[in-house]
Amino acid sequence: MKLRLKHHFSDFTLDLDLEAGSGITALFGRSGAGKSTIINAVAGLLRPDEGHLEVGGETLMDTTRNLHTAPHKRRFGTVFQDARLFPHLTVAQNLDFGTRYAPKGSNIPRNDVIDLLGLNALLTRAPNTLSGGEKQRTALGRALLSAPRMLLMDEPLASLDATRKHEILPYLEHLRDGPLKLPILYVSHAVDEITRLADTLVLLKDGKIAAQGPLRDVMSDPAAVPLIGVREAGSVIEATVQSHDTDGLTTLKLHAGTLVLPAVTASVGTKLRLRIKAQDVMIARTRPTDISALNILAASITGIHEGTGPGVAVTLDIGGEVVLARITRRAVIALDLRVGTSCFAVVKSTTIAPTSVGR
Amino acid sequence: MTLDAVAWDALRLSLWVAVWATVIAVPLALWIAWILARKEFWGKSLLNALVHLPLVLPPVVTGYVLLVLFSPNAPAGAALATIGLTLAFKWTGAVLAAIVMGFPLMVRAMRLAFEAVDPKIEDAAATLGASRLSVFTRVTLPLIAPGILAGSVMGFAKAMGEFGATITFVANIPGQTQTLPIAIWTALQIPGGEGKAAAMALLSCTVALGAVFLSEWLARRVALRIAGAP
Repeated sequence: MKLRLKHHFSDFTLDLDLEAGSGITALFGRSGAGKSTIINAVAGLLRPDEGHLEVGGETLMDTTRNLHTAPHKRRFGTVFQDARLFPHLTVAQNLDFGTRYAPKGSNIPRNDVIDLLGLNALLTRAPNTLSGGEKQRTALGRALLSAPRMLLMDEPLASLDATRKHEILPYLEHLRDGPLKLPILYVSHAVDEITRLADTLVLLKDGKIAAQGPLRDVMSDPAAVPLIGVREAGSVIEATVQSHDTDGLTTLKLHAGTLVLPAVTASVGTKLRLRIKAQDVMIARTRPTDISALNILAASITGIHEGTGPGVAVTLDIGGEVVLARITRRAVIALDLRVGTSCFAVVKSTTIAPTSVGR
Repeated sequence: MTLDAVAWDALRLSLWVAVWATVIAVPLALWIAWILARKEFWGKSLLNALVHLPLVLPPVVTGYVLLVLFSPNAPAGAALATIGLTLAFKWTGAVLAAIVMGFPLMVRAMRLAFEAVDPKIEDAAATLGASRLSVFTRVTLPLIAPGILAGSVMGFAKAMGEFGATITFVANIPGQTQTLPIAIWTALQIPGGEGKAAAMALLSCTVALGAVFLSEWLARRVALRIAGAP
């Protein structure tokens, strides 16, 4: 999908060039950054001031030619923040709503979707009897069964509480890694969602794209720290479950070394991705002893990025893996940290929340 | 208290007129209600005022306007006469009067129903592949069904009870234009007709109550379906 878009609002202008291929492309920006406008323009629910949309060689929108393909002909299944289920239909009828419009033979097997999203027990229920999470799962299933060419998700978890949200995230991970291989454009302002789901990350600021690229590259880029938010920013690293320990901790194998964190439910051998918040990483010049932190990893400094405030983003190389640390400028001077300095990254096990760990 | 042939004729005619008026007015009212609820255009408030006019005008004036427009030698009346449709002093005219008088009530109920449907739900249906017509028939229409029903019942009741505009437009011809309310009024004009009038009034009440019960029953069924009961 290739999108070029320009749309004027009273206080800012959305102006961007966006490309989304396979996997999950996450669009991250604060509330009011125009994210929903992008989704609506792609879905065909909004006519932007200027825009061009091309999918698989087919032009669906071109304002210079006054071309606006109707939403129902675009086949972008959309999951909205408010599930927008049809209140007069049961869950099963909601799921089947789009099936009759899907091109013949393109259907994802109905039972697969019901199994994937755990909807079996809900089929005869009415939407107004469902919890928020159940509604979103139904809305997702409904969109999948309309056999879309691409899935658009507009803050699908934003109206759910943390518990419900983390009930649904695994379903989305299954969807991403499963056999469907449906491209997804995922819009969110929640860092934990995008770090768990995205393959490609696009950061929006003031209506423009401030950074884009593979998730791990963007998350490890010190320049992206202020865009993501200093308290949320942090590298996403890959690790494999090595052992579940008897004291309630899990040991993960990294490229070099191991990482201990509170027990995760994945079985031994499972590949996980986890975000280590930059502000939770400490730097020591010598290997600290007599310290409660369980994770002490040998590292070397590859970059020191000063911001406007007292904080400094330091990129560390830990056996080929990039990890961001956010420390104070005062500490950089006191420890005489420079590019190339060998040091130790210290991470408390308990700072890695289970919610930052995904597949 | 007896019901003679005149009374039964009047009841039959009233039912006939009311059914026709409702059948013709519902799709028209639905269309106007949709326009008023969903479209923005120049002259919208004028259309709205025009629709509501019969509600605020004295019914006699509405009947008079219909007479002026649709009498056989008026332009509209003459045009309709060429296709064999005469309205003045005919039951067809009573239907027109009933439509015009009931229209504001129908449009109002249906417009409120349209406005209660979140356009975002219709958008969601479109992204699932439903064309505008499919969205209307599969999403909007089922959701506004209670409003359509309420509007229809009100229109029907109004048609059953319409008096002023009808008697002004199509007069009082037994078997032709003498609807139940007009027959009651006629009976009251004749000394000693009170008993007849009372009998017909009772008949009128029975029909009205029957309509209310029927609509309540239908509304419950629709509501159950909307609530998604299996």
